[in-house]
Amino acid sequence: MSASFDRLTQLCAKRYSVDASIIKPEGDIFETLGIDSFQAAELMSELEMEFDVEIPDYELQDIKTFGALSSAIDERI
Amino acid sequence: MFRWTLRDGTYELEMGREPCNEIGTTVLAELERFLDQVDTENASALIIHSTVRGGFSAGADLRELYNGLMDVPEKEQEPRLRDFIERIHSVMDRIDMLPLTTIGVVHGICFGGGFELALTCDILIAEKNARFAFPELRLGVVPGFGGIPRLRRDVSNAVVRDLLLTGRSINAKKAVACGLASQMVPVGAGLRAARKTAEQANKFDPESRRACKEFMKPLPREELDAEKDLFVRLAMRPVLQAALKKFVESDDPRPYLP
Repeated sequence: MSASFDRLTQLCAKRYSVDASIIKPEGDIFETLGIDSFQAAELMSELEMEFDVEIPDYELQDIKTFGALSSAIDERI
Repeated sequence: MFRWTLRDGTYELEMGREPCNEIGTTVLAELERFLDQVDTENASALIIHSTVRGGFSAGADLRELYNGLMDVPEKEQEPRLRDFIERIHSVMDRIDMLPLTTIGVVHGICFGGGFELALTCDILIAEKNARFAFPELRLGVVPGFGGIPRLRRDVSNAVVRDLLLTGRSINAKKAVACGLASQMVPVGAGLRAARKTAEQANKFDPESRRACKEFMKPLPREELDAEKDLFVRLAMRPVLQAALKKFVESDDPRPYLP
């Protein structure tokens, strides 16, 4: 799994008060966290600050899973 | 829905229209109601902030825009859209030129028309979760509420082009770095920071404060007029109506834009 996956898991678990064990690389981000598009934008800001990266929206457009998201972050670190 | 108070020389305009202060005729009427009664002789500052969870404003009310266009015969669509654009430009210009120090407090989403409203403010304070974007190109149009001239007035061309030509969003840190916002504060701390800023404005000689603003923040009139024409021309094509239809009919929580 990508280097940032564990940090991503911890951040999402804490931010959305979910058990970290339910966050799987193949898990759907919206379904697992139960978030809407407003919260997704907020999560994007938090991730960018946490990892000190900028990820343009168009690079995230087709990303559905935590594994794909952590890989996208890794590419920008 | 929209409420305001005047206390110690500072107006606080609170935007509270769910889900995220979408700008249509209702919000416009509220802003006009505020502007019609604002007492600029007995105030020094105006704070504009949102009380809805999602953010400052998600932009134009796309459902209303779509329904408004679909409800009239084709030949009446353009005059109707132009009337709306003229009306919203008038409101944005009035806020922009208020002889008060205007402070926008932004949290969460600040997209499209909401971003355009924020750009009328003299000073922007961004909470850490703020996100700014102009997604209009993704709908097949350009910003039409005065956003392009005002963005060009405030930040460098590289950022202007990136935001407009890709429709991407930027976070609060980037907004401060590029000169769009002047302060980044923790989530929930924006209003307090704005009140402190307003207190500072209240200390100054009113004539000097007004003259300073007028001198350094002129209205980009010609560009604003050109933007209205460009927006209406692009919006009258089937591309926008198809994108709006897709938006109105979608119940997917994921971003739906290309």
